[in-house]
Amino acid sequence: MKLSLRIWRQSDAQAEGKMVSYEIDEVSEDASFLEMLDVLNERLIGEGEDPVAFDHDCREGICGACSLVIDGQPHGPQAATTTCQLHMRKFKDGDSIDIEPWRAGAFPVIKDLVVDRSAFDRIIQAGGYISAPTGTAPDAHAVPIPKQDADAAFSAAACIGCGACVAACPNGSGMLFMGAKVTHLGLMPQGQPERATRVLGMVAAHDEAGFGGCTNTGECAAACPKEIGLDVIGKLNRDFRKAAIRAA
Amino acid sequence: MSTDLQHRPAARPDKRPKAPLAPWRSNIGLKIAMAVSGILMILFIIAHMAGNLHIFEGRESMNDYAHGLRTLGEPLLPHESILWILRIGLIASIAVHIWSGLVLSRRAHHARPVRYAHRHKNRGESRGAYGVMRWGGIVIFLFVVWHLLDLTWRTVNPVKEVPDAYGAVVATFSPERWPVTVFYLLALTALGFHLRHGIWSAVQTIAGPTTKWRKRTQATALAVALIIVLGFAIVPLSVTFGLVK
Repeated sequence: MKLSLRIWRQSDAQAEGKMVSYEIDEVSEDASFLEMLDVLNERLIGEGEDPVAFDHDCREGICGACSLVIDGQPHGPQAATTTCQLHMRKFKDGDSIDIEPWRAGAFPVIKDLVVDRSAFDRIIQAGGYISAPTGTAPDAHAVPIPKQDADAAFSAAACIGCGACVAACPNGSGMLFMGAKVTHLGLMPQGQPERATRVLGMVAAHDEAGFGGCTNTGECAAACPKEIGLDVIGKLNRDFRKAAIRAA
Repeated sequence: MSTDLQHRPAARPDKRPKAPLAPWRSNIGLKIAMAVSGILMILFIIAHMAGNLHIFEGRESMNDYAHGLRTLGEPLLPHESILWILRIGLIASIAVHIWSGLVLSRRAHHARPVRYAHRHKNRGESRGAYGVMRWGGIVIFLFVVWHLLDLTWRTVNPVKEVPDAYGAVVATFSPERWPVTVFYLLALTALGFHLRHGIWSAVQTIAGPTTKWRKRTQATALAVALIIVLGFAIVPLSVTFGLVK
């Protein structure tokens, strides 16, 4: 395959960036999107140029490290797929592809396509955890959990924290991410003691990091590689309202 | 490369509040304020729409209804007292709705400062919401200003006698003043889209329904929006096309 790429190049956080065009030849359609970028980078390094910086880790679709807005869509055109699991057979020979970093005030660009997602870590630190006693592990079925709750919690726990929801949101909001965490932990008995402080703390950290509010457009859910739905934002809203009233 | 990444600078967005916001000033808190004020306005709008339909019962019935609003609660309460209580509630709702909308829009603007070079069409469940709520909201606001000048204060209405509500409606939507009717219908369309999203969005913000109930809420929102639009549109259309004279 022959492709024309337009890639966001930015030398560091302070520098001005721009879209730079690259022609790339002989791309295997069995290559993943990141492998296609690897091929480009091999060539750039060979030519003495700066390779394109992008985040990646497991390349199995489960770590949440990869990002990239491909043709205006976070993680590209294929639904429920991370960039690393997107393959070039999804594109046609001669296609031109635009590759940009996540765009959000809370996710500043560090270099090229790499953004700083530590704002998500701060949200997690503010409440996205449970306090568990140390010692031997409890018996597997010592705490009964209804099947429905376990399934819903597991669906929400599928969130890999990649930030595609923020990248897709016209408001740069992290509500789907936060909603997934609040739903996941709030449905479990282990999550109950900190349920109110969790949601208040996470929402405060979210707003402080500079994420926007939710207009319920649903762009986040459409972009989510783990298909997390808007119901988690509803749960977040409800938990927040209850906790805020109780705290007042 | 991996060791480099451990030394990333911490994210420090340009616009950061100095202290954590009180819950009611958080994004969700403001959304709840927006949702509650919106629901109060919808209750007003439904009552307003139902009241308008008195026009089909003739001049006397319409004017009696308009007069009745002013004398509600008399002689127990002073003239227009109930009306003013309702008006103050409505003005407060409008103020809260617009204020929360402006604050949230400004925060959203800071949260998404750079546009994508490649603009893909929206794929979300309520994909038009961004424009419908913000630009539609501005159209609705401008319409309300015109509407007050026209049918409340009568500044731009040929019929100056306040008790003749029927005459004022017939005069403003008369066939030769067709642009007034067109503007009314345009604003009504903006209102319809605003409500179709706003109603389910308000329920999502306040109650947080499950997926099944969210879909039901969306269907209800569409039905309510349609009823409101049709209920309002029938009055100017009837006047413009000569069914009500």
